[in-house]
Amino acid sequence: MGAVIDLLNQAVRIAVPYILAAVGGTICELGGVVNIGLEGMILTGAFCAVLGSFYTGSAWAGVLAALMGGGLAAWLHGIVSIRYRGNQIISGLAVNILAGGITKFFLKAIFHSSANSSRVEGIGSWSLGFVSKIPILGEILSHPLLLLTLALVVLAQLLVYKTPFGLRLRAVGEHPECADTLGIRVHRMRYAAVILSGMFAALGGAWLSMDQHQFTDNMSGGRGYIALAALIFGKWTPAGAAAAALLFGLAEALQIHLQTMGLRVPNQFIQMIPYVATIVILAGAIGRTKPPAADGKPYPEGD
Amino acid sequence: MSFRTGALLGLAFFLAGCGGGGSSSSGKHRVGLVFDLGGRGDKSFNDSAYEGVARAAKELGIEFDYIEPGDGADREAALRQLASSKDELIFGVGFLFTDDIALVAKDFPNKKFGCIDFAVNPNSKMPDNLVALKFREHEGSFLVGAIAGLVSKTNAVGFVGGMDIPLIHKFEAGFAAGAKAVNPKVKVLTGYAGVTGEAFKNPAKGKAISYSQIGQGADVIFHASGTTGLGVFEAAREKKIFAIGVDADQFSEAPGFILTSMLKRGDVAVYKTIEALLTGRFKSGVQEFGLAEGGVGYVYDANNKSLIPEAVVKRVEELKAKIVKGEIKVPAS
Repeated sequence: MGAVIDLLNQAVRIAVPYILAAVGGTICELGGVVNIGLEGMILTGAFCAVLGSFYTGSAWAGVLAALMGGGLAAWLHGIVSIRYRGNQIISGLAVNILAGGITKFFLKAIFHSSANSSRVEGIGSWSLGFVSKIPILGEILSHPLLLLTLALVVLAQLLVYKTPFGLRLRAVGEHPECADTLGIRVHRMRYAAVILSGMFAALGGAWLSMDQHQFTDNMSGGRGYIALAALIFGKWTPAGAAAAALLFGLAEALQIHLQTMGLRVPNQFIQMIPYVATIVILAGAIGRTKPPAADGKPYPEGD
Repeated sequence: MSFRTGALLGLAFFLAGCGGGGSSSSGKHRVGLVFDLGGRGDKSFNDSAYEGVARAAKELGIEFDYIEPGDGADREAALRQLASSKDELIFGVGFLFTDDIALVAKDFPNKKFGCIDFAVNPNSKMPDNLVALKFREHEGSFLVGAIAGLVSKTNAVGFVGGMDIPLIHKFEAGFAAGAKAVNPKVKVLTGYAGVTGEAFKNPAKGKAISYSQIGQGADVIFHASGTTGLGVFEAAREKKIFAIGVDADQFSEAPGFILTSMLKRGDVAVYKTIEALLTGRFKSGVQEFGLAEGGVGYVYDANNKSLIPEAVVKRVEELKAKIVKGEIKVPAS
């Protein structure tokens, strides 16, 4: 039983960056902009969080810095893909490569290492006595960033489906011409969506580096791409994306625990679990998924 | 718009690209170095290899230059660039150079090449101007395994590997054998972070694997996983257990929680190869560096003296002597 609870708690922790990036990516695509730059935005967030914490001594200032850094990286993606109507895939890819290069450059310049930063103030669990012992819920309640993640998923779902902002967002993602004629500022909505997605992804990065108390080179490790799969699997809804991300977290936790248990199965098979899960889920288990109609299509506002 | 994207991409590649450095020409012997991913400042075997040439520059009076290819950059081109310069001996640091360096060595028969961790393929002949610098990591890992087995109070120890490849299996096999040699009851839990190069750069995964092993009772965890291991150290701090570092002395990454480190002396291999070149004793083929050659070892100094009981060190030194004499054969897989 203890092992199962360990497994579930572990799954939640592993899933955090997937959840945040996937929810952010969902918002972005609902607004009509494809964001494969999530990976780079996670990395940027992870690095900025460490910088903020390093210079101020406060981990929460680090989180704030991460939000700004991620927002900035996303804004760059926005300029290329919204204002200049560039290819969104290429622009996203450029953000990923740029983030990898810039973070490494500053890692060397500031911390004189190509491997890792100094140790900084991070964010750990607080103890809530018996509450912390409750499986999963206890784990979430005991960590401020986990709690924040849960809250943000709920907020994002409400934002998209229960607010005027959400309605406009979906309008510019489904039918920008129509939204335009109704007086919605398409570009402004799309910028908001892109920047919001960058902040979500960056928070996922802040989780990585604040839990680790340091930045390490390329520590995002492809998590942004898993998040992309999760947002498709989640059928372009924030709650769905979060659930899918959790499932990927579970697959990865399972893979780790099977190794620890010393299962005599070739390791490669165990390592495959999260990826096979992704393929199976994307290929069949969810049926047809439909992206927003104008997803990935630039809109010439004012032409 | 596409111009701007292009410019962005260009800037990105520039930043992700390469750096380098070196010294000017004179009548001295010249040596070149191409670093692995991570490059200088990795606090691990790139830095160790650099120390080797730096020492050779000071003590043997050679000159050297180096190239740091960025992620995904072209290792072969970097090797060719140095081979076309005045360098007489070119090192590739890391097993990733295996195919490239064999190819380049064939094209430059008048130059000498050395490759750390070269993956020897028994089915193909190595060029005779290339030396594969291999380490008997399993011997050093055996000793830290013995320390772990003796220090563990729970009779459970962990191993966290980076990429699941034969090179890392050597660390695992030696560690497990060492722990079991001194403590037959000990349970060795193992986990690998992945099956690609990314597995050496994933501290969050390293931490997750450690949590899982600690959950199963492990109270000493050895890693051979690059920066993934920093996650192991973080887990050790949080759960108040011991971790064992690798390649270089990693004590400073988590003082008080790093029991010891398994040293892999890339500097020794590089220095000895340069020395051999200067004295005309350069030999191609496979050169192995184990405990006897001082190529591997473990850390026991002022920093961790208080963490390891003297009786343990005595026992480990006995084992070391037996390995050097060949009385104990450490398994490599």
